[in-house]
Amino acid sequence: MAKKMKTAAEVMLDVLYESGVRHVFGIPGGNSIPIYDALTHHPLNLILTRHEQGATHMADGYARSSGKPGVVCVTSGPGATNTLTGILTAMMDSVPIVVITGQSVTPNIGLDAFQEADVLGMSFASVKHSYMVTEAQDISRIIKEALHIATTGRPGPVLVDLPKDVSATLIDPEIENPENLPGFKDIPRADPEDLRKAADLINRSLRPVIMAGHGVVLSGAESQLRDFAEKMNIPVATTLLGKGGFPDTHEQCIGMPGMHGTAYANKAFTASDLIISIGARWDDRITGVPENFCPNARKIHFDIDPVEIGKIIPVDCSVVGDARSSLEGLLPLLVPGDLTRWNKQVNRWKKDFPLRYRKEGKLRAQHIIEELAKMAGTEAVACTDVGQHQMWAAHFVQSEKGNNWLTSGGAGTMGFGLPSAIGAQLARPESLVYTVVGDGSFQMTLCELATAAINKLPIKILIVNNRYLGMVRQWQHMFYENRLTGVDLEGNPDFMKLASAYGIKGFRVKRSSDVRKTLKAALAWNEGPCIIEAVVEQHDNVFPMVPAGATLDEMIIEAPRRKRSGTGEEQS
Amino acid sequence: MNQTNKHTISLLVSNKPGVLTRVTLVFARRGFNIDSLVVSKAQSPEFSRMNIEATGNERTLHLMLTQLNRLVDVIHAVDHASEDVVQRELALFKLNCPPEKRTEILQIAETFRGQTVDIGDDTITLQVTGKSSKVDAFHTMVNSFGILELVRTGKVLMSRGKESTA
Repeated sequence: MAKKMKTAAEVMLDVLYESGVRHVFGIPGGNSIPIYDALTHHPLNLILTRHEQGATHMADGYARSSGKPGVVCVTSGPGATNTLTGILTAMMDSVPIVVITGQSVTPNIGLDAFQEADVLGMSFASVKHSYMVTEAQDISRIIKEALHIATTGRPGPVLVDLPKDVSATLIDPEIENPENLPGFKDIPRADPEDLRKAADLINRSLRPVIMAGHGVVLSGAESQLRDFAEKMNIPVATTLLGKGGFPDTHEQCIGMPGMHGTAYANKAFTASDLIISIGARWDDRITGVPENFCPNARKIHFDIDPVEIGKIIPVDCSVVGDARSSLEGLLPLLVPGDLTRWNKQVNRWKKDFPLRYRKEGKLRAQHIIEELAKMAGTEAVACTDVGQHQMWAAHFVQSEKGNNWLTSGGAGTMGFGLPSAIGAQLARPESLVYTVVGDGSFQMTLCELATAAINKLPIKILIVNNRYLGMVRQWQHMFYENRLTGVDLEGNPDFMKLASAYGIKGFRVKRSSDVRKTLKAALAWNEGPCIIEAVVEQHDNVFPMVPAGATLDEMIIEAPRRKRSGTGEEQS
Repeated sequence: MNQTNKHTISLLVSNKPGVLTRVTLVFARRGFNIDSLVVSKAQSPEFSRMNIEATGNERTLHLMLTQLNRLVDVIHAVDHASEDVVQRELALFKLNCPPEKRTEILQIAETFRGQTVDIGDDTITLQVTGKSSKVDAFHTMVNSFGILELVRTGKVLMSRGKESTA
């Protein structure tokens, strides 16, 4: 009997399915038709998006919320280039996604064929790895390798460019095709000598702080971090991406450090004699000018990626390895000292400089974000877009676990908020998923409302509408003598009409006193997505703020009080 | 850490299209200029060997080495700045050579164990091999005759003895 042959596209879908992938995000085009044809009779679930950028952010949100790789399948040319923003976003934040792009038939590659783009070449600067499949029988090996590379060690995006003639080629699916990655480095294990040195610095330190980053969440080191912090009684700051790696509700948690960090985290960093970074990469939004960053503190850096060691900040000790196993190795070497005085000091800062906002006057973004987070609870998945609302969400959403806080940190990609929530809701259908977006960033990917609606995903979309690109306005206001340009979003749509145009529920809230009532109704709405538009004070700025180039102790803790004008509204 | 030095990096990489671009992007991204670059097949056809000479500060170079090693297609990348290695380079010099200068040029070539590979009425092409510093020295010696064309292969290197290069 003749062997049953399958197209390379079918074999690819089989390999994805066998690896545990259940959803593929994308939108087809001419050069990906063989892949979509294979999807017609395959158990993999296609999530049809309205734009390729949305597809990549959905895969990203799927991965961040579940720890499993997200898979994207799009066409060649513009379809492929539209994924680059999402690929960069995943690369900067170490998120495992696999992006499969259709490509022109092999004989046409490099000849400027219709919808041909050298997406492989374009990918080099922002992927963990990328492939062009030129031989159909390589497909199963390449897909296995792509998944392995994306999810192993420091995660990241992998692109697979698949020409149309290759995906349509019939091959024997039984052919053995093992992975072959001689250059893919094993996950390093912490060197015992480095651990001993780190433990020694920690044991001798009088004013230590821990900076927990995304690496804690990615390696599932939450409980090891907690053991470490509690055993030694060390305050813990979590970076924007590390949020949830240590519970915000824990008494030792000091929130986020850096440009829009809490005053008490920044004060603790400044006064500290030892900063212990675990899976955080000393991002410039935390360190500012590296030479001036906490010069009196020694620094220890735990990271899985040797590239990060000494990249920004010279450190006194480094431990290369997975955060969880490194912390497991560190724990027995630690001898608790008496840090009572230090903790007293930190707690005093916490009491003296709390995060707060004015509750009088118009509705405040912080108010509705804080209220939504409280009502949704810490089991919910919180997504954000990028801008002022993102920083306020970082301040006022209380996170207790990794994978429940999804935000674009490194790339700062506006448009991330809605599609990442779609991905998260698909990965975790039982969880409550909400996303906090700005009126500006929301409009960058709002076409995905259709994707959320058609799949009846009960996502709560909180649009914080100040009719501005607020973060840029804040900078222009504070550092460019309030010369506002390109930030007024006059011409915003009526978001309630927009909701009904997509057949989804809309709520609008303008007054502080209506917040709870509106949120209660929105949280009770489960027949698909809903929009909650909060029309908020237009000129609020995010504080604390460390101006660019300044040091952490030069932060501006609160907005200067201003005279009120006759209208009763705050002038900026 | 900030001093500028010349470095010779040897890499063992997968023998695949695009690998060279990935490697050179690491240099370009930090504005590091590549002084010379040699790519050739390694002993196994699966792999290629690259020898790259670049000048820059130690800290950036260290960062780039870790970035090179992070590439999936790079088996390993090693800097040989301070190691005892055999290094060679080949250069072709096409010189202005009127008949009355011929003897003098040939004498210099002789001293450097250069070989004449082409000779015409007014030109001579010489091949010089050796350490890059020797090629540099030859370059200085013949400069005054007028160099019409010059091409150098770039530095290739190998560890001494049983040690494998990278």
